[in-house]
This record gives sequence, C-alpha cells and structure tokens, in this order.
Amino acid sequence: MKSLEELKELRERFQKDLRVRKASDKPKVIVGMDSCGIDAGAREILKKALTEISQRDLDVVVTQTACIGECDNEPTVTVDLPNEPKIVYGDVTVDKVEKIIVDHVVEGNIVKDLVVAELNE
Amino acid sequence: MACSCGNAEENQEKYFAPLKKVLENYDKKAKDLIPVLQETQEEYGYLPQEVLEEIAKSLRVPFSQVYGVVTFYSQFHLEPRGENIIRICMGTACHVRGADKVLDTMKEELGIDDGETTEDLKFTLESVACIGACGLAPVIMVNDNTHGLLTPETTVEVLDQYRG
Amino acid sequence: MDQSIYRSHILICGGTGCVSSGCKEVRSSLEEELAERDLVNEIKVIETGCHGFCEKGPLMIVYPEGVFYCKVQPEDMEEVVEEHILKGKVVERLLYTDPTTGENIPSYQEIDFYKKQQRTALINCGYIDPEEIKEYIATGGYEAIGKALTEMTPQEVIDEVKESGLRGRGGGGFPTGLKWQFASDAEGDKKYVICNADEGDPGAFMDRSILEGDPHVLIEGMILAAYAVGADEGYVYVRAEYPLAIKRLRVALEQAEENGLLGENLFGTDFSFKLRIKEGAGAFVCGEETALMASIEGERGMPRPRPPFPAEKGLWGKPTNINNVETYANVPAIIKEGAEAYKQVGTEGSTGTKVFALTGKINNTGLAEVPMGITMREIIYDIGGGINEGKEFKAVQIGGPSGGCLPEDKLDLTIDYDSLLEVGAMMGSGGLVVMDEDTCMVDVARFFLDFTQSESCGKCTPCRIGTKQMLDILERITVGEGQEGDIELLERLAENIKSTSLCGLGQTAPNPVLSTLRYFRDEYEAHIYEQTCPAGACEELLGAYVIDGEACVGCTVCTEACPVDAIAGEAKEEHLIDEDACIACGACVDKCPVDAITQ
Ligand SMILES: Cc1cc2nc3c(=O)[nH]c(=O)nc-3n(C[C@H](O)[C@H](O)[C@H](O)COP(=O)(O)O)c2cc1C
Ligand code: SF4
Ligand code: SF4
Ligand code: FES
Ligand code: FES
Repeated sequence: MKSLEELKELRERFQKDLRVRKASDKPKVIVGMDSCGIDAGAREILKKALTEISQRDLDVVVTQTACIGECDNEPTVTVDLPNEPKIVYGDVTVDKVEKIIVDHVVEGNIVKDLVVAELNE
Repeated sequence: MACSCGNAEENQEKYFAPLKKVLENYDKKAKDLIPVLQETQEEYGYLPQEVLEEIAKSLRVPFSQVYGVVTFYSQFHLEPRGENIIRICMGTACHVRGADKVLDTMKEELGIDDGETTEDLKFTLESVACIGACGLAPVIMVNDNTHGLLTPETTVEVLDQYRG
Repeated sequence: MDQSIYRSHILICGGTGCVSSGCKEVRSSLEEELAERDLVNEIKVIETGCHGFCEKGPLMIVYPEGVFYCKVQPEDMEEVVEEHILKGKVVERLLYTDPTTGENIPSYQEIDFYKKQQRTALINCGYIDPEEIKEYIATGGYEAIGKALTEMTPQEVIDEVKESGLRGRGGGGFPTGLKWQFASDAEGDKKYVICNADEGDPGAFMDRSILEGDPHVLIEGMILAAYAVGADEGYVYVRAEYPLAIKRLRVALEQAEENGLLGENLFGTDFSFKLRIKEGAGAFVCGEETALMASIEGERGMPRPRPPFPAEKGLWGKPTNINNVETYANVPAIIKEGAEAYKQVGTEGSTGTKVFALTGKINNTGLAEVPMGITMREIIYDIGGGINEGKEFKAVQIGGPSGGCLPEDKLDLTIDYDSLLEVGAMMGSGGLVVMDEDTCMVDVARFFLDFTQSESCGKCTPCRIGTKQMLDILERITVGEGQEGDIELLERLAENIKSTSLCGLGQTAPNPVLSTLRYFRDEYEAHIYEQTCPAGACEELLGAYVIDGEACVGCTVCTEACPVDAIAGEAKEEHLIDEDACIACGACVDKCPVDAITQ
C-alpha cells in the first residue's frame, strides 16, 4: 500500500461486492419468481436484469419475490426506488428489461405502457 | 525408542531424520525451544528422551532447561499417545452444564482415567479448561474436531465415530 | 457470463461452534443445489466467522433480504434454494422462533438476543469473509492506520486513544492510552508490541471469535499501537487450543503482507512493521503478561516481578506494549471515528462496549457486545432470554477464576470496571456463567480453586501451598466433613494468599471463595453444620434412595442398574434398597418405569 488514496480506491472497488449485504435502503429491481413467474419465463428476465445492472455498474439490488397476485401478468418486474411507490411492470420480456432499467432506474421515468400496478406501502 | 538391532548408526540416523528436518527451519537459538518442541512432537507424537537430548544439544541449552520447559506446559508429552486425542472440556461453562457426566462416560467407555492412553494406543483421554466453544457446552474436542451439546448418550455416539 | 455482481449473498457461519454443528456439510450441500439449478453465477456463498449465537448453529443469513436461518441441516438446502433463492419464499420452519411469543422472526436484528447489542469490536464478525482481505477493506478497513501514518504523529494517536477512555479488555481495565504513553516514553532502540490472545478464562471466547471472524481488525489495531509506541516488531500469542483461529490469523497475515499493509514502508512512509504468531503451549499462567513474554523467549512461563513493567523492560528486556485482542480491536474505530464519538457509548469511567460470553444455565448462550453500564438483568433476561428450563436464577459468575459470583440482588447493578470491583467481582475477560438453583455455590468455589491450584506455576509458596490448603478444606466441606472454624480458616488463608503472591493468579485466586462466602455463606454453613447441600448437587451429602413399596411393580430393572448391588427383591415383588450400601448415585431413579424411587 503506497498511499491512503490507493486504499480508498480499493475500498470503492471492493465495496461493490458487498452492496448486496447493505441493501435495506437501496433501489431494488424485483422479479416475480413464484411458479407463475417461472412458468412465464421469469428466470431469463432475472438473469437479464442482473447483467444489465452489472454492466452499468449500478448500485442497485436485483432480487426475487414470491407471488404478488399478478399471475395473469407474469413475468413481472417491480422497481422499488427509495421514497417512491413501487411500480409493477407486467408481461415483461427479455427485450423490455433494458428499457425499464435505463428509463426508470437510471433516469427516473416510469415506462407507462408496461405498468400494471402501483403499490403504496 | 531407537532400535538397537542391525546397523545402529544407520538406525540412529533414520530415527533422528524428522528432528533434523524440523531443526532446519530454525536458527538454533534458545528462543526457538518451544516451537521446535511443538513441531517435533507433531512428528513423533510425543517427546522421547533421546530426541530431547538431541534438541538440547542443537539449540545449545542445558538439558535441564529443556526438561523444565517440557514438564511445565501441558501440551508436551513424555509418553507415547493415542492415535486419537480426546479432550474433554472441564471449563466453567461446561462444568455447570454437566461436563462431569461426559468425562465419566468416556472413562467408563474407554476403561481409562483422565490423562491415560488405552492399551491399543487408539485413544488418549485428557481434561482441558475451555476450548472456546462454551456456547455449546458441554463440549469435547477429538483431534481437531469439536463436538458440542453432549449428553452421555451422544458422547458414546461421538466416540463410536472414531472407533472405526 | 462474467458476473461482477451477485443478486444474493448467502452467509454461512464458519466459526468453531457452527463447524462442530456441521456447517461444512451444509455448505457443500448448498453449493450442489445451486450448481444443479445453474445459480452459481447469481448467488455467492460466503463463509464467515462466529455470529455469536452458536447454540442455534449452523447459522445462515441470506442477503439482500437479511433472512436469518438457524439450525440448518444439509437436507434443508434443497428447500432453501428451490423456495427462497428461486421463488423468493422464506422457509418459515428454519426461522428463529421467539420462545415467549412463539413467533417466527425473519431478520436477526429483530431477535431479542441481538436487539440490545451494540457492536464495535464484533462489528464485522459474521458479516464478512475473514479469509478475504478485500471484504475488510470494503468495510473501511485499514483506513485508520492509513490516516494515522499519513496525517497523525505517534503522539496524536496516543492522545486520541487516551481521550477515548479505552481501558484494557484483558482483565485489569488499565487505561490503554496511558499504557501506550509509557511504552512510547521508554528509552530503547528496539520496541515490541504483543497481543495477548491466550484467552485462558474458561467460559470466555470473545477473543477467539474476533480472531476467527475478523482477524484484520486485530492486525490493524496492532499496527496502530506499533506506530504509536515506536515498535517495528510484534507477536500475537495465541493458545494452541484454537487451531481455527490460528489458521485464519495466518491467512490474514499473509494477505496483509501481500497488500503491503505489513512489512516495509507502509503507506509510503518510513514506518515498517513485522508481525508473527506464537502458539501457546497450554499453561493458564502464560496469560499473565510477564509469563507470556517468558514463554515467547522459550522459557517456562513463570511470571516475573513487576516493576520493571513491560513498558520499560519487556520482551528480551526491550520496552514492550501488551494488550488483549478485544482492546486492539477497538482501536481502529477510535482513530477512524474519533475519540469523541467513541466516548458517546458506555459510562464515564468505562467507555465503549464490552463483549460478554453468556454461558451456563441460560436460554440464549453466545457472545453479546453491549454498551458498558448496562445492567446484569438486561444481559441475562433481555438478551439471554432468562434461565433455562424455567428454573430459578441463583448467581452469575463474572471474571473467571479471578472474579466472583453475584446474587440476585445485584442484578440491577450497572456493569463497568469499577462497579464490579466494589461488589467483590471483576470484569475479567467478560465471561458470564449463569447458575441456577441446582448449582451448589460451595462446589463452584471448589471448582475454581481446583483450577487455579493446578495452574499455579509454583513460584510463590502462598499461591502453591495456600491454594492447596483452601482446596482441601473446600473438598472436605463438599463431602460433608466440614468442621467448625473452616469458614474462618478459609478467610484467613484467602487474605494471606492475596497479599503475598507475586502475580495476579495468586492475588485473585481466593476471589471466587470470598465472593461466595460473602453472598452465600448460608450454603457453606448448611454443608458444614447440617451436612446438607441445599442445591442437591454434592453427591456425598445426598441421603440414600428409597423405593415406594406401593408403587413398585417388581420389574427388577433397578437391581440391574445399581452399580453396588444395593437393591434386592424378587421379580413381581416389592424391592428394597439397602440404605447402608446405597451410594446415592441415582442410577436406579432414571430407570424405574413407575417413578417409585425417591430420595
Ligand atoms: C493468571 C493471569 C492470566 C491472564 N490471562 C489473560 C488472558 O488470557 N488474556 C488477556 O488478555 N489477559 C490476561 N491476563 C492479563 C494480562 O496480564 C494483561 O494484563 C493484559 O493482557 C493486558 O492487556 P489489556 O490492558 O489490553 O487488558 C492474565 C493475567 C493473569 C494474572
Ligand atoms: S502467584 Fe502463583 S502463579 Fe503467580 S507467580 Fe506466584 S506461584 Fe506463580
Ligand atoms: S441410588 Fe444408586 S446405589 Fe442407591 S440403590 Fe439406586 S442405583 Fe443403587
Ligand atoms: S467452558 Fe467448555 S468450551 Fe469453554
Ligand atoms: S460459531 Fe456460528 S454463531 Fe458462533
């Protein structure tokens, strides 16, 4: 170690690996992965979401959830940004994942035509 | 004991070979006495008299000092020991949770007392004070494996795993 | 696919407790299940150090949700992966169930055992992979030493530690900053720092947990001390009974060296530091600082007279600073966050937190780090969940072989170094052994004396002979042969040993006897004058057993159970115990199918 700056750079880099463990107040992308979701192809959606987040190096958690009562619209992707209502997107395909992430997660614009529900906690 | 049949010198050499190897890693000073003893005991399983004499010579410390150190620390042994070392924790946490019963069970099962080795050299029984797994008291350690929350029944089960 | 992030981290506790409960098997089973479902690129499995709640192990925490599973078995992994990892459904049956409400609690922060804890020394234990320096750095690790080396003078480091009020966690509670000042002021071209990781107090395992769960925090604390006092070489003296701790520390040292955090010219300055491990060889007295140094020098671990103190003449006669593991583990936080922030926690005379090892007859056993000044009651009842099997609390032993037993009416005492001394106990290393109505206090005193007696190094006559005499008397009392005057004799011997022994072992050895005499004198008197053991623990004082003729069904089971053939009777007929032959071992009681045997 040559300097404090070098250490701090390392810290920045390594911290990314630990993000998942400090997730409580982070933006989340949640994929419906109950049987209904998996049957509708949620597994591929999840993988795609993870790749997108990872490639863009976003401080966002990708996770799964049990059935949220939107079985007709599976696969679903829920975007949960801090202090905002959760937005549920339905009938998501692999191609649409990128748009949701870029428009909503990165830029903060809800992709209106895909929304099936809005959840206020 | 070094065997005295055949070519005595060659036998000697073979017998001390592991010790020589241990000594190679140290600069042969008195401060290395304890680590040398620790490693040597790993090689021989215990610390035979001849080996201790050799160590005293190599590190240039009086034999009496080597002997004094060996008898001071409970980790060192002058007698051959069993293939499996059973350490029964007699620490406070284990004591109040029934360590005596575990020790009694072991003594009975193995037919030996605390500090002894079975005749077939399979087991040595030792009581120790705390192995740091107090949350699972009563605890024993067999070789490097810890077994916790023991009752007389599960003690026998653990022992059976090593009886093979 | 090269995945730089994972969507989930599964932490499995790999501390000694959980290893013995089978966490290795759980891990392999989990990895198989993940591989089978093509999840290895999405889910990362991490082995951590002790999470503190060993009794409920093997423990597992699933992030990002932070779901806490306990007592997990290899065969549970299929369900965890299929239901939780794939479908997002928490596996209810593996959650911790609150014993009073019966509710399942998904997140560990909500569990009573963790709720009142406040972690500084243990902050990373159970949260990071101890064999991965990256994870320590990611939590801000080594920034304190980086800051100290590049922005602070050694004296500023000492002043910060002084200001923080940190006191030694190894027993005596000596102010750490002051100790560093002495070592810094001492003249010498060569100085050492030593970490005392001998952890001899039976019933305490916090040092082990730090070594296994967060070894880098200790290393960083030691480098800070070395910089402060001007040392360039250090030793960690670890007891040989801790093989896993030694292994993890070794890995950590290697990684610190590879990353230039140990060795020459740290952070581009001219400060260099070398750190080595010394394995203990099994002698309790080696935890005493001067004996420990004798042991590193290759000699018998016998204490040496102080003064000179180690700060002036320590290892190989050079000025040496020696601290406990937990003490060093507190230092990085002080330098990073500042003394002011550190002092906010705890009491005026005892700042910060203390890790306690909760063991004995208590519902939740494990490690709890709490602010100084908490009451014993909060620790035992709120965190520890009270006495197990619904029994009555009798006493809590604190401070190990040098400490004392406190009765019920001391439960509301706020705990700090000074308050404990006032009531005849001491902080020691923080082992708390809880005892219930079935524990005999004379036997506890005998137990500790037996321990110190056999661990006395033999250098001083009062310690060697005096403790033996005390032990003989206590043994006599527990077998019903106590005599009038024994209590007074014990007190006289105790005072004598305390005032004339060379080291802390002898000076404190009588404490367990004195404190039980102070609070439980009636139990001693019952043993001596009435030949009874109120707790029903001293076997020799229990009367013979009798069989209730009405209830006996003549099954003959008891005759076989009796080791001394004290029971006679024909099959299907009433059995009788020969009172004189019976040794009151109780073997027959458990066997009788109709509970006809009583005392
Ligand atoms: C018999 C005896 C055993 C001791 N055992 C330990 C021990 O296992 N660990 C420890 O840190 N200190 C132990 N001590 C206290 C040390 O001598 C020393 O005070 C301590 O390591 C200083 O560190 P601290 O100021 O950080 O507490 C023991 C003292 C005595 C008298
Ligand atoms: S007080 Fe006891 S342990 Fe300490 S030096 Fe004297 S004899 Fe040894
Ligand atoms: S208590 Fe023991 S000695 Fe007495 S009768 Fe029962 S088995 Fe026999
Ligand atoms: S008291 Fe038995 S493991 Fe600590
Ligand atoms: S070893 Fe797993 S919780 Fe302590």
